[in-house]
Amino acid sequence: MKPNLVKAAPWLVVAGMFLLWELICVGFDVPEFLLPAPSAVWHVGVEQFAPIMMHATQTFLTTLAGFAIAVLVGLLIGMAVGSSPLLYRAMYPLLVGFNSIPKVAFVPVLVVWFGIGTVPAILTAFLISFFPVVVNVATGLATLEPELEDVLRSLGASRLDILAKVGLPRAMPYFFASLKVAITLAFVGSVIAETVASNLGIGYLMMSASSSMNMPLVFAGLIVIGVMGVVMYELFAFVEKRMTSWAHRNPNGAA
Amino acid sequence: MSFVKFENVDLAYAPGGALAIEDVSLEVREGEFVAVVGPSGCGKSTLMKLISGLRMPSGGYVYVDGRQVGGPLKIVGMAFQNANLLPWRTTLDNVMLPLEIVEPYRSTLKKERPRYEAEARQLLAKVGLAGFEDKFPWELSGGMQQRASICRALIHQPRLLMLDEPFGALDAFTREELWCMLRDLWQLQPFTVILVTHDLREAVFLADTVYVMSKRPGRVLVRREIDLPRPRDLDVTYTDAFAGYVHELREHIGRVRAS
Repeated sequence: MKPNLVKAAPWLVVAGMFLLWELICVGFDVPEFLLPAPSAVWHVGVEQFAPIMMHATQTFLTTLAGFAIAVLVGLLIGMAVGSSPLLYRAMYPLLVGFNSIPKVAFVPVLVVWFGIGTVPAILTAFLISFFPVVVNVATGLATLEPELEDVLRSLGASRLDILAKVGLPRAMPYFFASLKVAITLAFVGSVIAETVASNLGIGYLMMSASSSMNMPLVFAGLIVIGVMGVVMYELFAFVEKRMTSWAHRNPNGAA
Repeated sequence: MSFVKFENVDLAYAPGGALAIEDVSLEVREGEFVAVVGPSGCGKSTLMKLISGLRMPSGGYVYVDGRQVGGPLKIVGMAFQNANLLPWRTTLDNVMLPLEIVEPYRSTLKKERPRYEAEARQLLAKVGLAGFEDKFPWELSGGMQQRASICRALIHQPRLLMLDEPFGALDAFTREELWCMLRDLWQLQPFTVILVTHDLREAVFLADTVYVMSKRPGRVLVRREIDLPRPRDLDVTYTDAFAGYVHELREHIGRVRAS
């Protein structure tokens, strides 16, 4: 495989998709209120650049806030659950059950508690994205080799020593992998809440655009969310590689 | 005065469950090299857990250094079949891990780091790992990882070294090299060794005393002193006396397996 082709491949796929989309819209003469062509979406995006950016910033910050809480809470619960078999057994069914609740069904409850606006969006982003962090951190800690634990315990290491010296470093690749998943889920959460209960953010923008049949603006919103998701995913993929290079070594490239 | 002493020790992992070892009595002198052999699942690893204080006996008494074992001992170093090095640490940092846990090193590590580091480098050089201190575990061969693992078990100068099939996963030539490495370390600065192994040649070559254990529940069947002159060279493994010991032990094991 040529390295250049590998690098260019994702861009080519995206470009190809937009091209195909444009061709279908033009070729079959699809009405704009059903499926706007990418050119029409682009046009509206340029025209309404300032308001879109304003809403996008709102969504972005909301998502980051929810994500930050999710990382913190996820790490704490994950550490507790991962280092204690008792807590693991005790908490897991509850966590799984909670994670199975569709968060969109929970937004109205949050609205009753906190009113319409940013807070329910932040909380929805948090609720939807903390679970993968918990699961991964707990898995990383719970799969510690028993012999290694014996080596340390026979030296008189406390549980905290074992957690700090071995458990946490060993769980880091799992943790960073979960961040990539969590950040994209956080976007889902904040946009869902904005659609239902906000007057700011990309979710709200799309909601109001679709009620006035402005489909190009709806699609512009979708694309903006997608782009933000990809950028943040790549950012955390990069951080993951930098922080835990020992877990991502190339067996042939070693030494 | 024995250094390690078992008095009629039983251990069941679950209370009231099947015994892993039964009525084991043995004594180890300070500085003695002991090997424990037996069929798989005979509770050899259980023995190690009892000595290191990771497990309490269900019956009988375990004494180390004249005191009854009541919890993890800090005078013990351990190494297993898997080297279990931490992949995010260099070889040197892996070897120095126990110093971050055991006193008095733990509280003086910050101040004395250069001195401890020099000691770790010296130890690595003794086992032929000079020049590999800053490599990561995955950059080392299996034999080198095991050497580093044994250094990690020895860095805090334990009085008791416990090895659970440490050379089991290595090829025959590497294994013999590591026998010699362990022999040299032990002769340079004597400590008590308890080696659990499947390999009778290994047991006879290295040990002063070999214990043969029975099938589960593990009991001590035979205690055999190996009266070969030290220092032993690999050539000794081709002598008749050596073959005699291996043959005798093999017969005991054969009987155990057949029973």
